[in-house]
Amino acid sequence: MSQENSKEVLIGRNLVKTYTQRSGRFGFGTKQVKALDDVSVSLKAGSTLAVVGESGSGKSTLARCLLQLQPFDGGEVWFQGTNLATLDKEALRGMRRHMQMVFQDPFASLNPRMKVGEIVGEGLLIHGLGNAAEREEKMLRMLQRVGLTADDASKYPHQFSGGQRQRIGIARALVLEPKVVVCDEPVSALDVSIQAQILLLLKELQAEMGLSYLFITHDLRVVRHIANEVVVMQQGKVMESGEVEQIYTAPQQDYTRQLLSAIPGQQKAARKAA
Amino acid sequence: MSEILKIQSLNVTPKSAPSRLLVNNVALTLEAGKTTCIVGESGSGKSLTALSVMGLLSKQLQASGSISFQGQDLTRLSEQAMQKIRGAKIGMIFQEPMTSLNPVLTVGYQIGEALATHLGLKNAALKARVEALLEQVGIPADRYGSYPDELSGGQRQRVIIAMAIACEPALLIADEPTTALDVTVQAQILKLLDELKTRMNMAMLFITHDFGVVSDIADDVIVMFRGEIVEAGDKNTVLTKPLHPYTQALLACVPDAEGKKKLKPMDYAWLNAGAAA
Repeated sequence: MSQENSKEVLIGRNLVKTYTQRSGRFGFGTKQVKALDDVSVSLKAGSTLAVVGESGSGKSTLARCLLQLQPFDGGEVWFQGTNLATLDKEALRGMRRHMQMVFQDPFASLNPRMKVGEIVGEGLLIHGLGNAAEREEKMLRMLQRVGLTADDASKYPHQFSGGQRQRIGIARALVLEPKVVVCDEPVSALDVSIQAQILLLLKELQAEMGLSYLFITHDLRVVRHIANEVVVMQQGKVMESGEVEQIYTAPQQDYTRQLLSAIPGQQKAARKAA
Repeated sequence: MSEILKIQSLNVTPKSAPSRLLVNNVALTLEAGKTTCIVGESGSGKSLTALSVMGLLSKQLQASGSISFQGQDLTRLSEQAMQKIRGAKIGMIFQEPMTSLNPVLTVGYQIGEALATHLGLKNAALKARVEALLEQVGIPADRYGSYPDELSGGQRQRVIIAMAIACEPALLIADEPTTALDVTVQAQILKLLDELKTRMNMAMLFITHDFGVVSDIADDVIVMFRGEIVEAGDKNTVLTKPLHPYTQALLACVPDAEGKKKLKPMDYAWLNAGAAA
């Protein structure tokens, strides 16, 4: 890896992922769907890269491939100067600690039979970090940092509201002090009042812990507030990428312009003109 | 402007706990050719208000108050009489385009059901009317024989809209009809609903939590919080000069596409101030 790229914490190069899909009325035929078609992205340390696109554009597939949660057909992923394909299982597991994920659905992503303290502390246990007392302390500190209380550790997920559950999901990801956090539509299931709280919390934590976010979303209003750079995807391809300001004020591609003009809440005249 | 729907002192409570007001003293009036948006967070009672109008509240809940639709009090109607109104004079659109359609029936058949039931249309006349409806919502008429799984999410929502407007209702109730859709599709569906409302001179009750959508489609806005209406008025007044502190706080949470506004967390200070006063 060259010196000039050293600030980039996570890089995906020429990623290709093909799914085989059944087709035809009875599913006898098959067809190949390219979920990722030669996709390259790079995430700078301490910054936020938003991946935007409509459903089926491949943005979630990209996240899963970057985190090695899914095998891909071509290309490579570099994390802090290491090609992840060169690691064996054991080394990769150690690496996972630094790459965490916050999921969209705060209801489905927490095990209903585990207490919040167990959910948040589980990662520490799996990675064998500290002794029991240290793990407990870390877990409690993290809960308080995301706006929950020490008492909440002995409660179950169903006792919390959607916004609080998303805070639990964030605590679970951040307790391991990762370098990269992939946020897959973390606020799209939340009310707008809660959404603002969670976005601000994520921003604060990023500054405190020096996190890099890969932020997947379809909401271009949210992107403007949280991202430094944007990648626009459509049908498995990167259509356009660049700094937030540049994409919003001077989009180069028709598809980007189309997405921007579809943001609700703009003057109708402006939309018709676009 | 003619008045289509007038709700007065509507309360919704669980039958098991009649003192818990899920909808508290709600009053609103809808006029032909106008869109009224109800905005609020989850649990604010916006969907329950709409369900009360349609007489579709869960059996564990009860509504009281008066709901006058074209001069008729819906709360006094029998279930049979209500069935004649629902789908004929009041059309409904729900959130999920995936689950609101029957997967084993063609879309043409499903759109035709309401026409056959309410207007007694048959055979060639029915088919011609369904094909006209498909064209009206922007789907080619030869999709008559397609099954829901052969259509995209946006097309399915168009089919649902065709079903809802089939009998030319005076009132269209849309409960978060675009929440599950991509932004570009959402913009198309909003435009379609707005056009249909104008062309058919319908009153539209549009439920959403998205202020962007409100500013695109509403004439009037009603803001609900914990079962009560905290603010109501025409769109421009409510969105640009909100009077109630809750509306002000809620609007401050909405991220703008220009990124100029500083995002603020929800501020509930006014609640305590109100309690102390």
